[in-house]
Amino acid sequence: MLLLIILVLGLVTALWVMLSYNSLISLKNQTLNGWKQIDVQLKRRHDLIPNLVESVKGVMKFEQTTLTQVIEARNKAISAQGIAEKAAQENVLSGALRQLFALVENYPNLKSNENVAKLQEELVTTENRIGFARQFYNDIATQFNIAQQRFPTNIVAKTFRFKISELFEITDAKDREVPKVDLNLK
Amino acid sequence: MNIYGQITTNRRSTWLVVIIFVIFFLFIGFGFDYFYGAGYKAPIFTAIAIILATVASLGSYLYGDKFILSSTHAVGLDLNDPKEAQWRNVIEEMSIAAGIPVPRTYVIDDPDPNAFATGRDPKHASIAVTKGLLDTLDRDELQAVAAHEMSHIKNFDIRLMLMVAVMVGSVALLADWASRGLFRRDRRSGGSGKGEGAIALVALVIWLIAVMLAPILSQIIAMLVSRKREYLADASGAELTRNPMALASALKKISSRVEPTRSISQGTAHLCIIDPKGVSVNSKEGRVADLFATHPPIRKRVEALEQMAYIK
Repeated sequence: MLLLIILVLGLVTALWVMLSYNSLISLKNQTLNGWKQIDVQLKRRHDLIPNLVESVKGVMKFEQTTLTQVIEARNKAISAQGIAEKAAQENVLSGALRQLFALVENYPNLKSNENVAKLQEELVTTENRIGFARQFYNDIATQFNIAQQRFPTNIVAKTFRFKISELFEITDAKDREVPKVDLNLK
Repeated sequence: MNIYGQITTNRRSTWLVVIIFVIFFLFIGFGFDYFYGAGYKAPIFTAIAIILATVASLGSYLYGDKFILSSTHAVGLDLNDPKEAQWRNVIEEMSIAAGIPVPRTYVIDDPDPNAFATGRDPKHASIAVTKGLLDTLDRDELQAVAAHEMSHIKNFDIRLMLMVAVMVGSVALLADWASRGLFRRDRRSGGSGKGEGAIALVALVIWLIAVMLAPILSQIIAMLVSRKREYLADASGAELTRNPMALASALKKISSRVEPTRSISQGTAHLCIIDPKGVSVNSKEGRVADLFATHPPIRKRVEALEQMAYIK
């Protein structure tokens, strides 16, 4: 009788360990996938920019400086090496695109041009996608971290050496500042 | 309550309601088998009721989305139209935020603003929107509506409402059989001696009352679940956009338009963002109106959203 009880308890414990471990593995992989998805959106932005700039060059003749800045920032972002430098260059590119975006906002006759309207929508959706990809990564990483720290799953997590994920963070303090936009015709 | 609090509360209360409903259904079912059948140890009628209701709902489960989409004359998006392209972008952005595949997107030629989601799981999901909605809302508000619909998909609300419908159908079947068999009842399993007989009689009376009330009660419970899931979709959507006030603004704009959405039939009302019956249903409040509504009143939804934005 006692043997039976011990056996059942052992089986139940083993089952619980298996379920906890498997759910932690799922979350770990989903978190990794979430991180890589940010790169997918960044690459989409790299591929999109040359076409976008070409399509509005004619209309936005006055804004050559800004357009050139965007292309240069994009090239630097592609050739950046290492996580820190990549993040920094992507931030610079975001800044250049924000300039372009703000310019379009303030020229009513530009806004009514169909190509420019399309460009504006593409810029907005591109930046949004990057933002939401980062948001999703933070959400899924938080879920993973919570699962690792909650009792009793934390016992399984510690035993199998799961690591807490780092959340996506702004590394450049300048990014927290409100961007200044120069609207002079150049 | 903030976003996370509302999400947790709505999920928990849904399950509480569903469990109560299941217990109610089993009470009806086993009671039927006890009084009319072979006893609760061989619950044939309960099983038959479930099987019949499930088969009836199977069609809805597998083909429901195609049927609804064709009945509303929904067509694919024209990406050359800037508003429709914007809608498509907004949906794709929300798919990224939600971590689910991009659903199929459709547009309905109806000037009244509304939207609905359908499909049994995120891999087989569709979202349809009326031209009226695209014309009425700005980008942030469209994103809020997209987030709400995606949340219905992500939270498997369509599947949940289908299971609720199966139970409502089973209860209706059992109630119907009970009302037919009422005067043919001549056997009662177990029970010997007067004491037992009296208890059994009381149980029978209680059960009969429950059976008579069952159809209405189960409708009320189903609508309660539907409303809870609407609050949950609002909160989950706000979690995706991190912008609860955009949805509040969208709901206010939609509800100020008077006409009902004629192209969406009542059977699919629970899938929409607001009740397609129109302003009268959405703004009416009071116990009776609230009980049978698929959606909570707009004012209460806006209040919940303002709490999420820490405005109240």
